[in-house]
Amino acid sequence: MKPVFEYTKGMREKELHYCPGCTHGIAHRLIMEVLDERGQLGDAIGVSPVGCSIVAHQYMNIDMLESPHGRAPAVASGIKRVHPDAPVFTYQGDGDLASIGTAEIIHAAERSEKFCTFFINNAIYGMTGGQMAPTTLVGQKATTCVDGRDPKKQGFPLRMSEIISQIDGAVYVERVTVTTPGDVRKAKKAIERAFDVQEKKLGFAFVEILSTCPTNWGLTPTDAIKWLRENMIPYYPVKQFKCPEEV
Amino acid sequence: MSDVKKILIAGFGGQGVLLIGQMLSYAAMYEDKEVTWMPSYGPEMRGGVANCTVNISSSPIASPVVTKDFDVLIVMNGPSLEKFEKDLKPGGDLFINTSIVDIEPTRSDINIYRVDCNEVAESKIGNAKTANMVMLGAIIRKTGVVSLAIMEKVFNKVFTGKKAKLIPANLQALEAWDE
Amino acid sequence: MSEKQLLKGNEAFAKAAINAGCRYYFGYPITPQNEVPEYMSRELANAGGAFIQAGSELEAVNMAYGAAASGGRVLLSSSSPGIALMQESISLLSSVEVPIVLINVMRGGPGIGSIQASQADYEQVTKGGGNGDYHTIVFAPSSIQEACDMIYHAFDVADEYRNPVIVCADGTIGQMMEPVALPEAKEAAMGDEAIAAVKPWALTGHKNKRERHAMNSVWLQQDLLENYIDEYWPKYEKAERELQDWEEVMLDDAEVVFVAYGSTSRVAKEAIQALRAEGIKVGMIRPKTLWPFPAKAFEKLGDNVKHVISVELSKGGQLMHDVKYVLGGKYPVSLINRYGGMLLDPDEVVARTKEILEVK
Repeated sequence: MKPVFEYTKGMREKELHYCPGCTHGIAHRLIMEVLDERGQLGDAIGVSPVGCSIVAHQYMNIDMLESPHGRAPAVASGIKRVHPDAPVFTYQGDGDLASIGTAEIIHAAERSEKFCTFFINNAIYGMTGGQMAPTTLVGQKATTCVDGRDPKKQGFPLRMSEIISQIDGAVYVERVTVTTPGDVRKAKKAIERAFDVQEKKLGFAFVEILSTCPTNWGLTPTDAIKWLRENMIPYYPVKQFKCPEEV
Repeated sequence: MSDVKKILIAGFGGQGVLLIGQMLSYAAMYEDKEVTWMPSYGPEMRGGVANCTVNISSSPIASPVVTKDFDVLIVMNGPSLEKFEKDLKPGGDLFINTSIVDIEPTRSDINIYRVDCNEVAESKIGNAKTANMVMLGAIIRKTGVVSLAIMEKVFNKVFTGKKAKLIPANLQALEAWDE
Repeated sequence: MSEKQLLKGNEAFAKAAINAGCRYYFGYPITPQNEVPEYMSRELANAGGAFIQAGSELEAVNMAYGAAASGGRVLLSSSSPGIALMQESISLLSSVEVPIVLINVMRGGPGIGSIQASQADYEQVTKGGGNGDYHTIVFAPSSIQEACDMIYHAFDVADEYRNPVIVCADGTIGQMMEPVALPEAKEAAMGDEAIAAVKPWALTGHKNKRERHAMNSVWLQQDLLENYIDEYWPKYEKAERELQDWEEVMLDDAEVVFVAYGSTSRVAKEAIQALRAEGIKVGMIRPKTLWPFPAKAFEKLGDNVKHVISVELSKGGQLMHDVKYVLGGKYPVSLINRYGGMLLDPDEVVARTKEILEVK
């Protein structure tokens, strides 16, 4: 019998601690599957953030380290100087990347660093229990804005892909989501392109993955997917912002 | 006790104040003496005045930080004379760049040397940029803190590559001033 | 050792680091240490390494973390407020046992402070400026030559202990020039295989040949963190046994003992000569390691000693607190100090010593 689908060698055989319906698992698997298919699991070095995915290294079968909150792009920049040919990436949530770590991500793009960043945007702080993030949508409730984000009080959500795409050093920027099988395939394609850009040393590659957080959104997994499609995608359009001709 | 000579060089930025101190330091090192060079740094540097202290001794130098009782004081501009004249020890040597300084020292318990650096540099060397080396030559010849003979070795180390062609004019400048 | 060169402190620090095999440097401009990043930006690439001007000290220390965790020999430098900003990551580097060498060219504080030399970061560097149970090993040079020798040695100590090592200089040593003979140039382990051979713990990619390395600083089960701290803590006890270092100056007949480190110890040394010329028998203990504190030096002090004086550039007597702690009340301890970037000179030390001793 020929197997048509297998557990990727990129993931260690451990049960994920993520909540039911959380899309971290899909994002983890896609990145690891891409590295496996490229034959690069043995060379890759990953940087995990502070947030729910801090222990991504428990699941991803590659050399990894934890970064202080928000500093993953700086850590990856250092790794890349010692191992310029290794595939290096950061995996960061929206609290990590769009709040405490904005300086680091902007300057990694400015320097046109030759690594990839996978940005998991679920519009909320997950690990600490549902506080407002810079990406929290107008009207969206969080434990630090219980009546919903009010632009008069908390301003407006940050669109990170749009910001990063303004920086010349970022050569590949795409926003994807993983809410349907078709979206998942497109997301995988974007991750592949990001590693291609890195391998060809073309510049900084940034992939934003719109994700769900059913627990802190207070929704069932299926309702969370529906909420993402109806609320997040209109504000955070799924699209390719820039892509070099070479990939 | 140590025989340390404490030297303060002060003036405007761009007059080669720090360089005069460095040249003395190189010379001392090549004569196997102990030496420390300490610049003023920071906002002062940007405000247009600069100074440095040089200690030269035959035995290890304890403190590189000197604020008073200098053996030698070189003032390249007027404000430096006003500010530091009091810090020269009695019997010390004061060198005044009279091309720039238009005020007179007030003390009578010190040796005063008036060096018209800019005029000498222009009339005898034909290069105004050697004014600081005219002053350096005056210091060396009057104080003997290092020997004039060592300066060729110093210049050979400091002026390398394209700058090597500057060596003859600078050596000439060291001996250009007459009292 | 090379022939003597006349070098500015900061530039000499950078040269000594490269000779020690340092190939990676990450920095952010801050006075009075700017010659270090400037030199590294010119020279590291020629040595086969890399320099990045970071966007902040936060970025710099985390670039250092990434490079050191993946096996590079890494130098960082900054001055007091910049070092304060780095503390989160110094704590983290200790928790994941990643070695780096960090030079603090100290200036006046608190806050943004002044840019002149100071020693008011003593507690920050020795007592752990960051959170949690860890120590940094701290060397305190008093000359450019000694700074170069300590930096050269610090890389090996950092690797042996797998821990950050701080070389605590100050604005005076960073900015002055002195003749210095640089230590011999060493090669660095570069590339996956060479790095894996000398640092088997480093992140080099598992090459499908070993279990993956996961460097983690978070412990969601507190009992496991307690066990982990117990695992690495013996290295700090070893450091306290083996790394204490100090210089003794005329202690044999000393009735007064100065304790001073760094550039201030040179001022104190000159004051000792002057005081002895007046018949006052002063000696000195000069800590060369600030952590571990050279407690052993104080065990040897005998009945001839009547008074111990900490001579330092800090308001509250940060060094004095450690001196008092190791002496346990055996002798009276006093303080001679300036602060905020103001320096002591030998005359002031002489005059204040006489005041303390009530000698006319």
